[in-house]
Amino acid sequence: MNVTINVNGEDRVLDVTGHESLLSVLRNDLELPGTKDACEQGECGSCTVVFDGEAVCSCLVMAADADGSSVTTVEGVSADGELHPVQEAMLAKGAVQCGFCTPGIVVAGSHFLETNPHPSEPEIREALSGNICRCTGYGAILRAFETVTGEGS
Amino acid sequence: MDFIAAHDLDEALAAKAHQPDALLLAGGTDLMVEINLAHHRPSSVLSLRRVEELQELTAGRIGAGVTWARLERNGHRGLAQAARTVGSPQIRAAGTIGGNVATASPAGDGLPWIIAAEASIEVQSKERGIRTIPWNEFFVGVKRTSLAADEIITAVVVPEDVPIAQEFAKVGARNAMVISTVSCVVIRGDDGFRVALGSVATTPMRATRAEEMINAESTISDSVLDEFAHIVSEEVRPITDHRSTEGYRRHAAGVLARRLVERSLR
Ligand SMILES: Cc1cc2nc3c(=O)[nH]c(=O)nc-3n(C[C@H](O)[C@H](O)[C@H](O)COP(=O)(O)OP(=O)(O)OC[C@H]3O[C@@H](n4cnc5c(N)ncnc54)[C@H](O)[C@@H]3O)c2cc1C
Ligand code: FES
Ligand code: FES
Repeated sequence: MNVTINVNGEDRVLDVTGHESLLSVLRNDLELPGTKDACEQGECGSCTVVFDGEAVCSCLVMAADADGSSVTTVEGVSADGELHPVQEAMLAKGAVQCGFCTPGIVVAGSHFLETNPHPSEPEIREALSGNICRCTGYGAILRAFETVTGEGS
Repeated sequence: MDFIAAHDLDEALAAKAHQPDALLLAGGTDLMVEINLAHHRPSSVLSLRRVEELQELTAGRIGAGVTWARLERNGHRGLAQAARTVGSPQIRAAGTIGGNVATASPAGDGLPWIIAAEASIEVQSKERGIRTIPWNEFFVGVKRTSLAADEIITAVVVPEDVPIAQEFAKVGARNAMVISTVSCVVIRGDDGFRVALGSVATTPMRATRAEEMINAESTISDSVLDEFAHIVSEEVRPITDHRSTEGYRRHAAGVLARRLVERSLR
């Protein structure tokens, strides 16, 4: 079946035949490999995208069911080559090591800050609780978010 | 694969009547895991995401399509507390109460509240219209319910007089993203305490013996609570699996139930 998905502001038409996930079509058909694929079970958050206004795991969205929806991936978070403040802060605070979790954290975190621009530290932790990082121990990531929200330095 | 996106309830019921083997898809947080692991390759899928009628959320009626994220903000106290512990923000934004009820996992975090609130599950089919199934007739075994093949769960119907003193808690290996080792809901009303537990039997269960014991007491002293916790531990029917042991679950069930009774009195 033909499926139209607005991805990062552009309508993309795809032929979806099976049970593949939105994650799989983003990476394999639309050549947007920023969204990472690790567990395909909703556990790690590395595949997080904004789907019709909600940050969700794209591995748990059936591509066929995404027809008519709009999706923002990490490629769409930074507009016109300008990094998003979350991305800037993560660079500045050394919050990126292997980088595998980074796109998911950028998408989940920037989406969260849109609705809650001045969260407390526990709120930031909670907002990122669906994103697993095997490298940083989260400290640098939290410090990065605190600079964006004006809490840190 | 055949894919049908229903746009309203009539369309969904007609499609389900025509193809009873079509697998229903709501938030996908249970179903897509199965599909990605290739445990399931349904030949047809019927998506309910766009069905407006399933989105209703009032005190008396929780549409099957209501997400955990919405319940966390606007649900009855005990259910909102349960919603907050489900998965992660990503899972709560997608996962629905209808999916939780249909999956009927012994560990489903929405289920103890449903049986403590004595809510009913409303289901519909094109053929037979609406059936309202009482809480104690819906869950029949591990991941087994009394839903018929041509039916769709439309809502959880909550009695008007559900008491507001409600407490939920669960035990798991960590805080976020954890399947319950034991979960518990206590609701305190004029008629006494109701105690419901998850992950300690094939279905969510009420601790009826413990309820009878504590509701016969006029004051809730420490020794009453000790005995109450002891009866809860005895009465649950847990198993040992990869998440925990029978013995730990019995112990934790008693501790949780006691703690929630105390909280409900504050
Ligand atoms: C990482 C992760 C963490 C999780 N953590 C928790 C947790 O802490 N606690 C918990 O309880 N659960 C948890 N879950 C399980 C899951 O998120 C919940 O059970 C959720 O409520 C399922 O809802 P859904 O809308 O995503 O269902 P779906 O996956 O869309 O559907 C699940 C099942 O229900 C059926 N179904 C859906 N809607 C209807 C309907 N209206 N009528 C009839 N049948 C229907 C489907 O056919 C399918 O069989 C977790 C899942 C993941 C992936
Ligand atoms: S790949 Fe989707 S949550 Fe891990
Ligand atoms: S930086 Fe390696 S997983 Fe987070």
